[in-house]
Amino acid sequence: MRALSALGRFLYEFVVGDDWTIAAGVVVALAITYGLAHSGVTVWWLLPLVVAGGLSASLVRATRRSER
Amino acid sequence: MRAVFLFLAAFLACSVEMVEALTIVLAVGVTRGWRSAMAGVGAATLALAALVAALGPALTHIPINALRLVVGALLLVFGLQWLRKAILRASGYKALHDEDAIYRKELDRARQAAGAGGPAGIDGYAFTVAFKGVFLEGTEVAFIVLTFGANQHNLPLAAVAAAAALVIVGIVGVAVHAPLSRVPENTMKYAVGVMLTTFGTFWSAEGAGVHWPGSDASILGVLVFTLAVSSALVAALRQRRAVPVAAR
Repeated sequence: MRALSALGRFLYEFVVGDDWTIAAGVVVALAITYGLAHSGVTVWWLLPLVVAGGLSASLVRATRRSER
Repeated sequence: MRAVFLFLAAFLACSVEMVEALTIVLAVGVTRGWRSAMAGVGAATLALAALVAALGPALTHIPINALRLVVGALLLVFGLQWLRKAILRASGYKALHDEDAIYRKELDRARQAAGAGGPAGIDGYAFTVAFKGVFLEGTEVAFIVLTFGANQHNLPLAAVAAAAALVIVGIVGVAVHAPLSRVPENTMKYAVGVMLTTFGTFWSAEGAGVHWPGSDASILGVLVFTLAVSSALVAALRQRRAVPVAAR
């Protein structure tokens, strides 16, 4: 049980890392992209915009934390 | 073009991780003896090879769109982590990776650790630290090699790039016999972060059903966009850091 939770922690740290909101943003953006693309909407621009916005927001939060 | 990016990403990622692993192995080898340290390196290399050999063929059996969606998303999240850290380091908000300082710290730790005996005269401390260092740094490389290789149906090229980096850093490490502190680690990590984010964005969107304008040619567009956004973020954060908090 302890080994499983250690593995889970390792995988979380490995993939998600310091800021879980980036991973959550990517998942939500991909779900919206999937839905819109399969409804025939041109949606190639959405993910790059979410990536840019999510990265910027995460960096602003990180720098504010380090300035406190 | 995809092949060139694949090679570059795997090569750069493996080089930086190898530099970090080399620092740890050198510190344990110098203080605790090379036999045990190299046994740890060998065991970790075997474990990593087994991981790639087990997961690589399995990934190639997954339908391409599902693979691109899931693995592309993982690659994107993983790449954004690299990019985020590299931007924080480039703008001065996070300390740069100092191989010399890490080496000195590892030397102290290895000297202070009790002599843990193992089977066949192997020093348990040296073996474990070398194994962990190589395996943990190597897991990131294995992840990049697997995801890039599987998505482009070119696992051998990704593996060759990683092996080339391993051989080059290994030879330089043996020749210099000191941590490779002059390697521009953050610049390399920044480049890898940009490439992982670019390909993660492209593949995951494609897997979700997006038709990119210009098909494969739009990878270049995504790359330029990612570079422009990340460079602007570095510049903005540097400026922000230069202005005292009270003056804002």
